[in-house]
Amino acid sequence: MADGRKQEFAVVGKSVPRVDGPPKVTGTPIYTVDMERPGMLHAAILRSTVPHGRIRRVDKSRAEQAEGVVLVVTGEDLKTMPGIDPYFGPAFRDQAILAIDKVRYIGDPIAAVVATRRELAYEALDLIDVEYEELPPVLDPVEAARPGSPLVHEQLRPAKAFADLAEIEPGKATNVCYHFKLRRGDVEQGFAQSAHVFEDWYYSPPAQHMMMEPHAALAWVDSDGVLTVITGSQSPSYVKGSLGAIFGLPQNKVRVMVPLVGGAYGGKLYDKLEPLASLLTFMARRPVKIQLTREEVFITITKHGVVSHVRTGVSQDGKILARKVEVYWDTGAYADIAPRVVHKSGYTSAGAYRVPNIWIDSYCVYTNKPPAGAFRGFGVPQVVWALESQMDMIAEKLGRDPLQFRLENVLLEGDLFATGTPVHSAGLKESLEAVAREIKWEPGVRKAVKPGTKSGVARAKGVACGIKAVITPSISGAIVVMNNDASVNVLTSTVEMGQGSDTALSQIAAEELGVRLQDVRVMHPDTAVTPYDTITAGSRSTYHMGNAIRLAAQEVKRQLFETASDRLEVDPDQLVARDGRIFVAEAPTRGLPIPEVFQARFGARGATLQGQAVFKTYAAPMDHETGQSEKVTEYWFPGATAAEVEVDLETGKVRVVKLVEACDVGRAINPHHCEQQIIGSALISLGQTLFEQMILENGELLNPTLLDYKVLTLKDVPESAVPIVIEVPHKDGPFGAKGVGETGTLSVSAAIGNAVYRATGVRVKELPITPEKVLRGLRAGQ
Amino acid sequence: MNRNPLTVSVNGAEHVLSVPGDRRLLDLLRDELGLMGVREGCGVGACGTCTVLLDGVPVNACLTLAVTTRGRSVTTIEGLARDGELHPVQQAFLEERGFQCGFCTPGMILTAVGLLRENPSPTVEEVTDYLGGNLCRCAGYPDMIRAVLRGAERCREAGGRPSATPEGPEAARLRAMGKGEEG
Ligand code: FES
Ligand code: FES
Repeated sequence: MADGRKQEFAVVGKSVPRVDGPPKVTGTPIYTVDMERPGMLHAAILRSTVPHGRIRRVDKSRAEQAEGVVLVVTGEDLKTMPGIDPYFGPAFRDQAILAIDKVRYIGDPIAAVVATRRELAYEALDLIDVEYEELPPVLDPVEAARPGSPLVHEQLRPAKAFADLAEIEPGKATNVCYHFKLRRGDVEQGFAQSAHVFEDWYYSPPAQHMMMEPHAALAWVDSDGVLTVITGSQSPSYVKGSLGAIFGLPQNKVRVMVPLVGGAYGGKLYDKLEPLASLLTFMARRPVKIQLTREEVFITITKHGVVSHVRTGVSQDGKILARKVEVYWDTGAYADIAPRVVHKSGYTSAGAYRVPNIWIDSYCVYTNKPPAGAFRGFGVPQVVWALESQMDMIAEKLGRDPLQFRLENVLLEGDLFATGTPVHSAGLKESLEAVAREIKWEPGVRKAVKPGTKSGVARAKGVACGIKAVITPSISGAIVVMNNDASVNVLTSTVEMGQGSDTALSQIAAEELGVRLQDVRVMHPDTAVTPYDTITAGSRSTYHMGNAIRLAAQEVKRQLFETASDRLEVDPDQLVARDGRIFVAEAPTRGLPIPEVFQARFGARGATLQGQAVFKTYAAPMDHETGQSEKVTEYWFPGATAAEVEVDLETGKVRVVKLVEACDVGRAINPHHCEQQIIGSALISLGQTLFEQMILENGELLNPTLLDYKVLTLKDVPESAVPIVIEVPHKDGPFGAKGVGETGTLSVSAAIGNAVYRATGVRVKELPITPEKVLRGLRAGQ
Repeated sequence: MNRNPLTVSVNGAEHVLSVPGDRRLLDLLRDELGLMGVREGCGVGACGTCTVLLDGVPVNACLTLAVTTRGRSVTTIEGLARDGELHPVQQAFLEERGFQCGFCTPGMILTAVGLLRENPSPTVEEVTDYLGGNLCRCAGYPDMIRAVLRGAERCREAGGRPSATPEGPEAARLRAMGKGEEG
């Protein structure tokens, strides 16, 4: 951080303490799981036990008689309910509130029991009898994509819920619900000119978000007929729209409120429990709460399992001439947001390099498995795993240092991305150089195995980088209300789920209005009063909501200046707002405290000034056949990882000794937050690299509890874990800021995989890098 | 369902209750005493989110039956601050920002207090070992390690304040009471 900048801004660019700190260390925040409502009932969900089948009959009569049970609903009941369109989904309306006619995965909701107590609702599930006619399940995404495979969905309806998905049209009679294509240059000619061509398959398994607060929703209908839902959702505005569509309600009769969220990471986007909770409260005429068990969370939404085939041609002097990538996304039984995942990570599938000839096919494929959707990184980590593993293989073959090889090919300011879009504010080179410095990179081709700290241990370093684009177009609205004591309420639908948005957005408002941080309160989403926001995800809030708040605050400032300029008898454009005062820039003593400006304007206690703004980004239309677009995204966020590992040559166990993650954030509104995001996402990725995976057999999840699904703990944290904030300011970002929530996820797996190779000569192409795989490789190499 | 008499001290206040034999301590604290800082992450003893101190020792409230706390002393995150002043470990978590979404934070802080009761000057390895059963999916682990070390320092400065449970006569009295009921 440049020193000049500290003087430039009062609050922005400083690691001010988090505004949510005091409640969080005293345990007082109220999350959705804590919410109650007088007369509240509890619901439990009966789930399919077969991966694919027709529902012959559901007998709920015994459950209806059980203790405490108020009602039992099935998909069959939904068919005949007037005024309800029971299907939802952000890309395709492919998911029914409760399965209608068919079940598509083990865990698919079939019926719901509403009871006076949660235990009673769960107990009554055992009393429902379901008869299935089993259908052949489709379990492998590559097989499922072939013509003639059994169909998971016989037909599909596009949802038209988001502008960036407006043109998605499904194919007919196929499990491929979305196919992304990118064609640039002449890929075959590129291969023909190449001195070497590399071709490999890679795999990244399905994984779990494992947010500590499980999914929950509490719904009721107010006395004036407003459907009200409290939910730990990352997308309250979307949920409002979706509930309106399902139940045929005007938008002012749906109210979605989101309190603090206990972790989400992409797993609490779009419709989750809200449609069912709403249905049940309409039927029971009492408030209904649903809260999932941990086992249910595991099968509600997952990170995509991905199979990739990467073919790359390079010249003898180390230029990448052609790249052909084929990616299969196992999206499970329902598409959720997968088409967007496939689209967005589709167009980055040629990597962060200058490549003149590119051919990408990215397939989003239904299977009879738990649905997959957004996961921190939005598909890019799975693709980067493949691309960046292969980059090291190419470097070795060419006899090049892998870092140098990357630096020579990496995209620089103004270079054209695979989509034909010029790259701006993409500090890839800066990120790579920063991690190399921090890890003390020793240039060279792979060295012979180095003895580690003890015998039988090999130690080496690896590097990788990745780039992701922010969702474009998207929209954020904000209302800034200033009270007559200069305190401020910011109305926004951005969700605080741990990323620190309450603090960062407060900083932006405080900076713009010239008030203290503690004068600003960011209100949590309540769609009855907070404006539309696309989603809290995809590292978009600081930039989009930050810009909206800035513009709304400027509108408040304009009104303050208007009044102050009368009083001070100067032009408004000579005024500034700072330290709670409006004063003449050239003569700081000539000014008024904000409360006096209010007094002059209103003369009324309790008066407020409002400003509102909608910030909207645009993308140039993308050609459907070639994936080319002059402007595919509003901004890029690049990152790089360096890892030093120790591999036990006897057990194959990998230990990451040092992990360095550098991310270009544009400008850090709060440097410490950025570091938290960078290292938090890098560590989660470390866990996913070494042990995390959902193990499915015939569509059944074999490790659905925290006892058998291993995640990263404090014991697995490297001795040294270093976040590095890179700042390549964006011309349109608020104070130059972009986003940072996901950047740290992109290249961790590949950097570790590359380090393991450099230590042992074992190239693992299927995550996670388990001791068995390393050992197998070591044995094969002997 | 059979209910059992239960006298237990929670955050320094004595409660006379009657609970079913299968009631989890977690539910007793949340549903009957309104202590919502006790949080459930897994319900099977695998995440540490529900950690409370039982006579000063961290336990998983999801695996502890309420009746087993008879005559004992329970401390939840709500009982850690005294007279409006944060416990040194809370203060350290605040300063080092050892939290993000905050869901795991009460369990994390209470486990750290438990550690410092046993070991006032832990090494990094002792911290990661002791807190290894507490999952944080926001993975702000490095901040937490720093927070615990700083908390240790603050406790030492404060003259060994990690104590988060009434010791001495009050505890003895409660224990005696518990025995009396059983007999
Ligand atoms: S909820 Fe008790 S250990 Fe997870
Ligand atoms: S702070 Fe979110 S789980 Fe730990």
